[in-house]
Amino acid sequence: MTALPATSEAGGARVPMGASLKPLLRLVVPAVFLVGAYAFMGPEQFVNALTRGAIYALIALGYTMVYGIIELINFAHGDMFMMGAFVSLTFLGQILGLTGSITDIARLAPLLVAAFFVSMIVMGAIGVTIERLAYKPLRGAPRLAPLITAIGVSFILQNIVMLKYGPFQTNSPKIFPSFDIVIGSAKIPALSVFIIVVALSMMVALQLFISRTRLGRAMRSTAADRDAAQLMGVNINRTIAITFLIGAALAGAAGVVNGLQYGVSRFDDGFQAGLKAFTAAVLGGIGNTVGAALGGFIIGFIEVGATVMGFSRWGPAIVFGVLVIVLVFRPSGLLGQQLGERA
Amino acid sequence: MSGNPMDNEPILVADSVTRRFGGLVAVNSVDFTIPEGSIVSLIGPNGAGKTTFFNVLLGVIDPTAGSVVFRGRRMIARPERIGFESLIWVLPAVLVGLLAALLAEAGIVSGRLLALLGFITLLILIGSLLLGIIRPVWYSKGLERIGIFRSARPNDMVTAGVGRTFQNIRLFHNMTAIENVLVGMHTQLHGNLLEAFLQTPRVKAEEKAAEQRADELLTLVGLRGKGNEAARNLPYGDQRRLEIARALAAEPKLLLLDEPAAGMNPKETLDLVALISRLRNDLGLTILLIEHDMKVVMGISDRVTVLDHGEKIAEGTPDQVRKDPRVIEAYLGAPAA
Repeated sequence: MTALPATSEAGGARVPMGASLKPLLRLVVPAVFLVGAYAFMGPEQFVNALTRGAIYALIALGYTMVYGIIELINFAHGDMFMMGAFVSLTFLGQILGLTGSITDIARLAPLLVAAFFVSMIVMGAIGVTIERLAYKPLRGAPRLAPLITAIGVSFILQNIVMLKYGPFQTNSPKIFPSFDIVIGSAKIPALSVFIIVVALSMMVALQLFISRTRLGRAMRSTAADRDAAQLMGVNINRTIAITFLIGAALAGAAGVVNGLQYGVSRFDDGFQAGLKAFTAAVLGGIGNTVGAALGGFIIGFIEVGATVMGFSRWGPAIVFGVLVIVLVFRPSGLLGQQLGERA
Repeated sequence: MSGNPMDNEPILVADSVTRRFGGLVAVNSVDFTIPEGSIVSLIGPNGAGKTTFFNVLLGVIDPTAGSVVFRGRRMIARPERIGFESLIWVLPAVLVGLLAALLAEAGIVSGRLLALLGFITLLILIGSLLLGIIRPVWYSKGLERIGIFRSARPNDMVTAGVGRTFQNIRLFHNMTAIENVLVGMHTQLHGNLLEAFLQTPRVKAEEKAAEQRADELLTLVGLRGKGNEAARNLPYGDQRRLEIARALAAEPKLLLLDEPAAGMNPKETLDLVALISRLRNDLGLTILLIEHDMKVVMGISDRVTVLDHGEKIAEGTPDQVRKDPRVIEAYLGAPAA
């Protein structure tokens, strides 16, 4: 008889303690993870993981935003990334005729800005057009129909690029000079730093846009309750178009970054990258923009970590293995839903 | 307020609105006018077609026949030739593309020039689709001139000046109270995508003014200081008030309240009645009320309209309606013989 109140007391004490530990854990777990990864990989591979993660994160944002607002897994999104890379290499290599690196910062800076600008605008326009022609007519249809359509759009995009550029790799001008920033004994490529800074600032800008502005609020309210949002005066079609525009523009930016980093592109690049970015979005909690960014970086670390351990060919298998494990314990992903509130 | 508000010019005129769902006639040629500055009520037993009628007025569903004129503009009617609009989006691009193909076939253009024509075709397609999304005024006017009538969508009605609250509370639960009001202000703000990303001074000033206005509205409905609480954490009565604040944020001329007193206790109901009268008297709003609570309806309405089985069976002052034998029959059944 006396044991009963004792256990309930202990149980009662555990609950508030757990609650107060939670925010602390949120800081400690990533910190331990980062420090551990740094110690394990060394600075060069650490930055390499961040760079890869940044590219995945930029693509994953498009998946998660579109899912959050119309609950469509846009399988063509990976190919938007691939097309972004081709827009960039066409602009830099074929229209401007550049081939090698440019060391003059006064010439490099405007060229980089122009490359991002062109790729993001063109991809944004293509994204909106695809939404209008392929997805909007199916908005009231069962969910499977737009999903299959997305796969179809993916094939169309791949084949358009293959027709134009052929089935082999096309060179993308690596205009960013390859010099290293030396910190102590570590040599970190300046390009990686540039990529990480660009990607992070885009993510911060997106987050501010979603949380602070009129159109961002329209997006969140549409994701939460489309009919109620419309009855509050939000133009649903326009809001969905803007979502596709931003998602596709981010994929375009990721394409530019990919071209600068790897220097080659092929028509089917979007498939693998898209699959991993989609995994990142699911890992972070699809519908949640912060989660997508987080998931992208986690996948970057897993891949590079596998390479460091000598399992580079096992990279994808480990990535998907981690996804399965996370989904078993947290079916809604690491951060759950935030953009919308429906499961 | 001078004289009887029922003598004022009508702000909304519904002309023989009918809506069928298959064989069921949910609303059967109902005429309904709302004079500016009045409080009118729509009552009726369950399934009388109140909500369907309400949804037609708001553009949620298109009427099968009839029309709704709001502030002198024909907003809602059965859509006409709506399929032609998508033709307008693709036709120019198809024509240019065909022309290019013909010229190429005839050997007049080739190589780079042909590629340029193809590019122009693509640009035209993207441009006309963007036009369909942005819908500038001249575009809608042009459509109307060639006989394409697109019945107003709910967001068009909000822009025109109709606000509403919901029978079942439909706040954005994960957003804070003030964010809910700011969503309601959507049509009043103008910052576009580019400005939002550049954070121009104009947008910043607009956001600041909007937040101030949202605070005022929260104070008006009695939610002062609760702006930063998540909507789902507010008590029931406060959530109802927040819905009204959110509807007011769009600066409507006509406010539609769908059973605002549902689930309220007597004290909350009294406060609500006071708030509704204040909205009319102080802000000059016109109010259409759907309500089950007869104390609310009979206390503040200038006119009551009764629907039953989709038809208007009575209309008049609360006293007239209360005594109308058809109304008593609709609510209580036919008197025993």
